[in-house]
Amino acid sequence: MSAESSPRIVIVDESPIRAAILEEGLREAGFTDVAHISEMQGLLARIYALDPEIIVIDLENPSRDVLEQMFQVSRAVKRPVAMFVDQSDAASIQASVEAGVSAYIVDGLKKERIKPILDLCVSRFNAFAKLQDELDRTKHALEERKVIDRAKGILMKMKGLTEDEAYVLLRSTAMREKKKIGEIAQSILTASELLK
Amino acid sequence: MTTPLRIGFIPLVDAAALIVAVDKGFAATEGLDVTLVREVSWSNVRDKLNIGLFDAAHLLAPVAIASSLGLGHVKVPIAAPFNLGLNGNAITVSPALHAALMAELDGDRFDPMATARALARVVAKRRTSGEGPLTFGMTFPFSTHNYQLRFWMAAGGVDPDEDVQLVVLPPPYMADSLANGHVDAFCVGAPWNSIAVDLGIGHILHFSSDILQSAVEKVLAVRQTWAEKHPEIVAALVRAHLRASEFIEDRANRPEVAQILAQPERIGVDASVIQRTLDGRLKISPDGTMRESDRYLLVGREVAARPAPAQAAWLYAQMVRWGQTPFRPEALQAAMAVFRPDLHDAAAGRPTGAAGAVGAFSGPPFDPSDVPGHLSAFKIGRWKP
Repeated sequence: MSAESSPRIVIVDESPIRAAILEEGLREAGFTDVAHISEMQGLLARIYALDPEIIVIDLENPSRDVLEQMFQVSRAVKRPVAMFVDQSDAASIQASVEAGVSAYIVDGLKKERIKPILDLCVSRFNAFAKLQDELDRTKHALEERKVIDRAKGILMKMKGLTEDEAYVLLRSTAMREKKKIGEIAQSILTASELLK
Repeated sequence: MTTPLRIGFIPLVDAAALIVAVDKGFAATEGLDVTLVREVSWSNVRDKLNIGLFDAAHLLAPVAIASSLGLGHVKVPIAAPFNLGLNGNAITVSPALHAALMAELDGDRFDPMATARALARVVAKRRTSGEGPLTFGMTFPFSTHNYQLRFWMAAGGVDPDEDVQLVVLPPPYMADSLANGHVDAFCVGAPWNSIAVDLGIGHILHFSSDILQSAVEKVLAVRQTWAEKHPEIVAALVRAHLRASEFIEDRANRPEVAQILAQPERIGVDASVIQRTLDGRLKISPDGTMRESDRYLLVGREVAARPAPAQAAWLYAQMVRWGQTPFRPEALQAAMAVFRPDLHDAAAGRPTGAAGAVGAFSGPPFDPSDVPGHLSAFKIGRWKP
């Protein structure tokens, strides 16, 4: 490989969406030689077959320990791989661990070539986490909506209220009890379930 | 005032003292508000401890030493004031390998020399018949699992780097890998050996105490700089762990301990399996054969929790023997300094006695003052004097 060409990068990640986001980011930044491994069985053999210079793995992956074996003296290993063994990389390690990603770099690859790749991984992992968080919150809001609708239905039926009146009752009760409207709605569902 | 602490752990039975110290309130009594963080890999635990995301961690003893020496990773000196677990590992083999070993066995099936020689014959036969090398799983390059497997097979004449393959596998993947033939055997901590036996896919060949009488597998680890800055917190942590290990070692408390450990956010496996490992009463074969040992998984017995620098020296000697690092006298001293009986005793407020020697089943008794001399006694190894 010439010094100018794109280093071969392997992404080890069981999440296909996150891997796709990362791969896209790397390609946009001009790193064209990117492969993705999602199957953890026989991981080392797959990695040796791809012969990458940089390996990126998410920290939720138990197989991270498998990669540590590549540091060891072994006849099976084609070339030594080392992560940042330099003390000056502490900040990079901190940023990547907090983002939930780790990188393994083949010995001899120049540091200035690694830095932009790692920065990109960190920012894409953070972006994915934010996306996931938003998705979770949306899901939660949707579920709460459903609970409130069902509670309204129960109030309308049992107390002969209109939909608007049922909602006002829920809201005023929530304010009085200093609780969320979803919590009040949930307790109505629980109570009606018990009284069935 | 309470001190908030974040402590990382891997879901294994030898995290028992840590988990019980927190969940049973011993840590709170000491003024510590501990948040336990369950992790999926030793690499994560090491990195998060190193960069300060964790204040303390349940850590492989050899990783604490490797980290202090800067082997394979950033150098961060670690202090280990409390041994969390000794002798909890076991070697489990597939039914096929078990049958092959028993057919070749000349001696007691629990004698590691007899099984290691049987393994050498199985390996030789496979070579003659053109079958591929046997594959053994273990949990980390710097682990007692790795060293126990190597020590055992090398004693029988099997070179772990030339004659078989040793691969790292995360503990939760061990049973599957054994079932689908990805590995023929593995060395792992509790409860994973028992889980493989319960699934009917493995036989426990050896408790690690067959190989080493007294082997420190996991320690409570803190950064050395942190320990120097917060001696009272370290002492409080050790006291909470001492109370927890006393609680665990009282057999009357075992059902409760097993329940605590079985919680999904802790170890998350069946309480009865956990209790079997705590009691040292293990089913070793799918047909229901049981084996009992009072040497299996020491949490608080026989001053097991008190760090012994000679144990750290033995672990360092294994790193040298297997080519993970060249021998350097100052590195040996640094390795021994990781194990901190002084911090342990200061917290206990009394001398708690001396832990037992490693006591390996073959080779001369270990002498920390002559590691090269000790290693010369072993024929197989990557180390050259």
